[in-house]
Amino acid sequence: MSELRYHAGAAGAASATLTARPYHLDHEPHPENGTALGFWLYLMSDCLIFAALFATYGVLGRSYAAGPTGAQLFDLTLVAINTAFLLLSSITFGFAMLRKQANDVRGTLLWLAVTGFFGLCFLGLELYEFAHLIHQGAGPQRSAFLSAFFTLVGTHGLHVTFGSIWLVVLMVQIGKHGLIHENKRRLMCLSMFWHFLDVVWIGVFTFVYLMGVL
Amino acid sequence: MSAHDTHAHPAGHGDHHGDVGPHSSLRDYTIGFVLSVILTAIPFWLVMAKVISDRNTAVVVLGTFAVVQILVHMVYFLHMNGSIEGGWTLLSTIFTVVFVAIGISGTLWVMFHMNANMMPEHPTPTPPVHDAPGHSRP
Repeated sequence: MSELRYHAGAAGAASATLTARPYHLDHEPHPENGTALGFWLYLMSDCLIFAALFATYGVLGRSYAAGPTGAQLFDLTLVAINTAFLLLSSITFGFAMLRKQANDVRGTLLWLAVTGFFGLCFLGLELYEFAHLIHQGAGPQRSAFLSAFFTLVGTHGLHVTFGSIWLVVLMVQIGKHGLIHENKRRLMCLSMFWHFLDVVWIGVFTFVYLMGVL
Repeated sequence: MSAHDTHAHPAGHGDHHGDVGPHSSLRDYTIGFVLSVILTAIPFWLVMAKVISDRNTAVVVLGTFAVVQILVHMVYFLHMNGSIEGGWTLLSTIFTVVFVAIGISGTLWVMFHMNANMMPEHPTPTPPVHDAPGHSRP
């Protein structure tokens, strides 16, 4: 890089004009917050995974193989409670981010704990639903519809699981080191991840559960 | 080289304002939360109270609610706008949305025709009504 500049400078009149050259930018364009953009790109690639699973479900969602249908299996009250858990966890994560902005370690940890609690409630209810379905003989091997259902909803559940693990690890980090720059960056990434999972869940409860019982 | 040295980067690129990431406010989160609750409650009510009898109408209405709620989450929870990261976030999102839309609609379109053409003897695989979930195992 420096060699290139040297030659460019030699081609010009003197090295003093180096800064005056119009094609040398004083401020090289760099993203203000590279991590946020990079993590966003990861989330968008994750979006493609879910898109593939949604498309698979869209194709196979009515292939019951003479087995139970969505209308027979889905308990919408359960799904509504689960949706409420995830939505509440989204707003409590928002509160944690607000406490982070105020540099309040205790407040941040408290709201993160509440978020984790709702996340675990969501996972518990989802595991109960899965266990109930499998117990009824409506496991993933029963029909193409149920294979697609378990893959799509299970992948979302796995994301919430790993998000929860990340949340606990980050709480330990914040408890140990406080709200240092690195931890703020990690919090920002986790909040994007968490809100993203809520966005995916909107698609799940609309296209899988609500449209499934129509 | 000297020009580069005088323009010293701060330790972290994101640290220009002393904080990382977009600035969020209680107002944003509250508006987002209230809108999400409304946009979640209405579709659940529509389906659970069986308000719309026509299936196609219901699918369109539910899909619209989902899209609006996703936009609400993007704006109020993920703080999406056209200016963060110089517009690259928005651009990558638009690219993904287009990609996902083509992928999903194309898959459904092609596979629908595959089904229609490959299985003439089973045009509409409707499940038998007597098959209760408790006794479904063959």
